[in-house]
Amino acid sequence: MTHNSAWLTPPLTHRRNSQETEINTNVAEDRTVKLSCRNVWKIYGPGPDQFFDGGNGNVEDADAHAGTVRSSGHIVANANVSFDVHVGETFIIMGLSGSGKSTTVRCLSRLVEPTAGEILLDGEDLLKKSDQELCEIRRHKMGMVFQNFGLMPHLNVIDNIAFPLKLQGISESERYAQAERVIELVDLQGRENNFPNELSGGQQQRVGIARSLAVEPDVWFLDEPFSALDPLIRKQMQDEFLRIQSVLHKSIVFITHDFQEALRLADRMAIMRDGAIVQIGSPVDLILNPVDDYVREFTHDVPWESILRAADIVEEPSGPTEGMGRISGDTLVSQLLRYVSDHEEGVLVEAKDGSVLGIATARGVVSALASGSGDEPAPVRV
Amino acid sequence: MRSNIDRKFLHWLGVVAITLVCIAVQAKSEWLLKYPDTLVVPLADWLNTIMDWIVRNFNWFFQGISWVLQWPIWAAQQVLNGVPWSVSVFLFCVVAYAASGWRLALFTLASTLYMVVIGYWEESMNSLALVTISVPLAILVGFAFGVWGFYSDRAERAIMPTLDVLQTVPAFAYLLPILMLFGFGTVVGLIASVLYAFPPMVRNTIVGLRGVPPSVIESGLMSGATPRQLFWQVRVPSSHKQILLGVNQTTMASLSMVIIASIIGGTSDIGWAVLSTIRKAQFGESLLVGMVIALMAMVIDRVTAGLAQRSGVYEPDEKSTLERYRILIIAVMGATLFFTLSKVFILFSDWPRELVWSPAQTMNDALTYLIVNFRAQIETIKTSSFFFVMLPTKIGLQGAVSPFTWGFELTMAHKVVYAAGMAALSLWCAMRGRTTAGIVVLLSAVFLYYGLSNIPWPAVILVFGVAGWKIGGPTLCLGTVLGLGFLVVTGNWAEAMLSVYLCGIAATLSFLFGTTVGIWAAHNDRVSAFVRPINDTMQTMPLFVILIPFVMVFKIGEFTGLLAIMAYAFVPAIRYAEHGLRNLPANVIEAGNMMGATKRQLLWQVKIPLALPVMLLGLNQTIMYAIAMLVIAALVGTNGLEQIVYIGLSDGDFGVGIIAGLGMAIIAIIADRMTQGWSKKRQAELGLGTQ
Repeated sequence: MTHNSAWLTPPLTHRRNSQETEINTNVAEDRTVKLSCRNVWKIYGPGPDQFFDGGNGNVEDADAHAGTVRSSGHIVANANVSFDVHVGETFIIMGLSGSGKSTTVRCLSRLVEPTAGEILLDGEDLLKKSDQELCEIRRHKMGMVFQNFGLMPHLNVIDNIAFPLKLQGISESERYAQAERVIELVDLQGRENNFPNELSGGQQQRVGIARSLAVEPDVWFLDEPFSALDPLIRKQMQDEFLRIQSVLHKSIVFITHDFQEALRLADRMAIMRDGAIVQIGSPVDLILNPVDDYVREFTHDVPWESILRAADIVEEPSGPTEGMGRISGDTLVSQLLRYVSDHEEGVLVEAKDGSVLGIATARGVVSALASGSGDEPAPVRV
Repeated sequence: MRSNIDRKFLHWLGVVAITLVCIAVQAKSEWLLKYPDTLVVPLADWLNTIMDWIVRNFNWFFQGISWVLQWPIWAAQQVLNGVPWSVSVFLFCVVAYAASGWRLALFTLASTLYMVVIGYWEESMNSLALVTISVPLAILVGFAFGVWGFYSDRAERAIMPTLDVLQTVPAFAYLLPILMLFGFGTVVGLIASVLYAFPPMVRNTIVGLRGVPPSVIESGLMSGATPRQLFWQVRVPSSHKQILLGVNQTTMASLSMVIIASIIGGTSDIGWAVLSTIRKAQFGESLLVGMVIALMAMVIDRVTAGLAQRSGVYEPDEKSTLERYRILIIAVMGATLFFTLSKVFILFSDWPRELVWSPAQTMNDALTYLIVNFRAQIETIKTSSFFFVMLPTKIGLQGAVSPFTWGFELTMAHKVVYAAGMAALSLWCAMRGRTTAGIVVLLSAVFLYYGLSNIPWPAVILVFGVAGWKIGGPTLCLGTVLGLGFLVVTGNWAEAMLSVYLCGIAATLSFLFGTTVGIWAAHNDRVSAFVRPINDTMQTMPLFVILIPFVMVFKIGEFTGLLAIMAYAFVPAIRYAEHGLRNLPANVIEAGNMMGATKRQLLWQVKIPLALPVMLLGLNQTIMYAIAMLVIAALVGTNGLEQIVYIGLSDGDFGVGIIAGLGMAIIAIIADRMTQGWSKKRQAELGLGTQ
């Protein structure tokens, strides 16, 4: 058994709802947790509290419990959702429509009141805060971008952006000054006087982004911010997002249903189904080790050669390695194809510190790509 | 023969059969035609007793309100009349300019100068004073109820039906109770106008607040809005368009009611001037004064609409104080200038009598000339429409056709041909799948032959009850039967049918005429541009004024009432037809064109069926407008329920007036529910969303 196939074999342990088993995250483990979501449940229907004693969502068998609740005619929008978002991390939640993504992000900000569980922001439980305290937290610590922009139709661009500041009672000159700063950040100078209905979808969302950043929040929620935009604009906005994040380093919860988007933006991500989290990990984790077919479905159309890096497909050298070429472990497989097709013996893959991880061969590349291909193998006549 | 007649049609055949049986036996059992007087519930007497008791015991309370409210009116009148006209005119123009620009300012100047020049400045200002108090009051009340209804479903369930009644009970009916409670004077006009004008504000407030998208609310919450901030800075401004529409409608309603209210509380305002000139048969004068109301309505309408559209502009560059307060400075300087002028030249504060210019006499002469020289033609129009349209509907072909009117006797042969022809036509429609058309033909054939006033009341209730069932299910059926039953047991049935008859003819003709024009306008921009200002004018014109030209030419009578109703009611038919046709889904039209449909085919087989739900809403509005105008038409001597309302008012009989008024409201609400239900049903059948 070669090393690389070990990478590609799904792990034996079924890791459903296993928030604690985090493998190979891009984020350093020692980073402080900013926002933590623990055993959060949201149940719609009459008297949802009957299913929990004292609001503790930490039930023994979450799946079975969700089943009980459903069979009584209630709707389970969130079932035992737990995850952490670290400082400066982009955490993406993915899932089909109706899988509970939007409810989750709304529970985090208490736009939707969770039925049970805890939301810890800087270690303090948000669910125990009074309305006034919550209001203060939203004013200073949180920003949110909405799928349909949520702009005030009666306010022009600058007033829309300055709106959260106005609610705080900040003077006009001060809030315009702040708004001008964020307008620059999203590149909307010159449109201050336009009304939302005079802007294109992309521009409207820039306003939405600017508004959510105007209060300089710590935690930034984005609920499918680019889903309503056409693909080219979406790409552009993603670049914009990366640029902004590289400057601001917010702690981000980002909802999307587009795996490619998650791939580009996420440090870590969670996949949801029926209100529960199916798997948490880095995007590459999810591609390489999907816990089940549902997750595999999502990663299905991803071009593996532009995800996998040389380090992901190394194998033990079978012979002498003198005189072989050397390559960085970060090299994408797609950039490796030409070389390995010309050099049958393969190439040495080295880590950042210069140590050799193993070799990458044409055979290894092909077998890695083969296990990533969702196509039916063509019948081969012998 | 393969039968493809809808079961619905068979049901209706049964209904018609029962109707015919009722007609056949009514000679023997008289109660079928006329509900026995002995069984009439003396509801009017009971209501009068209750009212007397209230007046006796709570007089202090209502008089107190009355006393409080008279002060703001007094103050407004003092201000508006105390200021020289030149100053007021100038300030109105400045406001108009600020609201919308030069064109409106010029229009305002022309309108206000007109009031001065024809010598009705003081009366105009008295009416305006009433409006300036009643509009804010109505808006406040309406907004408060709207917000309450928005937050509480229970409140909404109570508010909505109340609004229906308030908007459909004719104003004449509740002028009297207000008069009895609050005493004589301008306050009565104020209260009546607030009562009449606040419902549209409630409706628009609720619709507006409901319509705010959830993402806007959420973004407000996420911005850290407190509940109060969320309401005042997110919900209200986000729905400001709808709410301002309510303000505009309320203003218009208030204005029209201030005029109507002058029937009881009139002193020296415009409404009173119109009314007294009509009573003195000074038609030229009444039309001139009526124009003042129309102009006032148009100016106020445009100014409020203009103010609604303006919004704050972010200007980072500091402007000089002079620029910032430019309009205010102009206003102050201009006002000072005109004030000084008015002190020097009396002309600028009191328009001298010698300078009053009035073409009234000329108009009267022209009218006399017209009537004298075209008497024959006018008479022909009047009599022929009376004999050939109105009379047959009222007493049926069997009564209307005589050698004297139609030139021949109705023989057995005629009757057989009529019956056979109509039956064949109806059956033909039904067999071709046009069930509704077949039913309509069948019912109109029966009604037209016997006449609406000769159909026994149980049969009428049956027909409308079944129609209600088919359109809106058991609820509408029950409501219809109970409502019509109310008309029967209160002894108002005969008059109610006369109202239905007049209103029915007017609404049908207006709808046919208006829809035709609307279809034309939808296909021809020139026609559309021509029709629009006419529609706008007719809609802002107070109902009274519409009456005047028709009374001038055709004198008092039912026919005049009919024309006046039509003149007002055709407007929505045009609007909705044009709107419906112009807003059809483009892909359907494209598909029709690609299939090679001719223009005619496209119109009849694609566009009209698709636009039908919207056109039916137009029918709904046409009927509502017709009923509104019918009430006013009582002034020119019609005979229906509206006349009883008016008599109740002039006799001071609260019970009689309010019950007749409720009767009219019932007719209006039934007509409204049926046409709306029909439209919704069509919409659902076509799979179109509600618009």
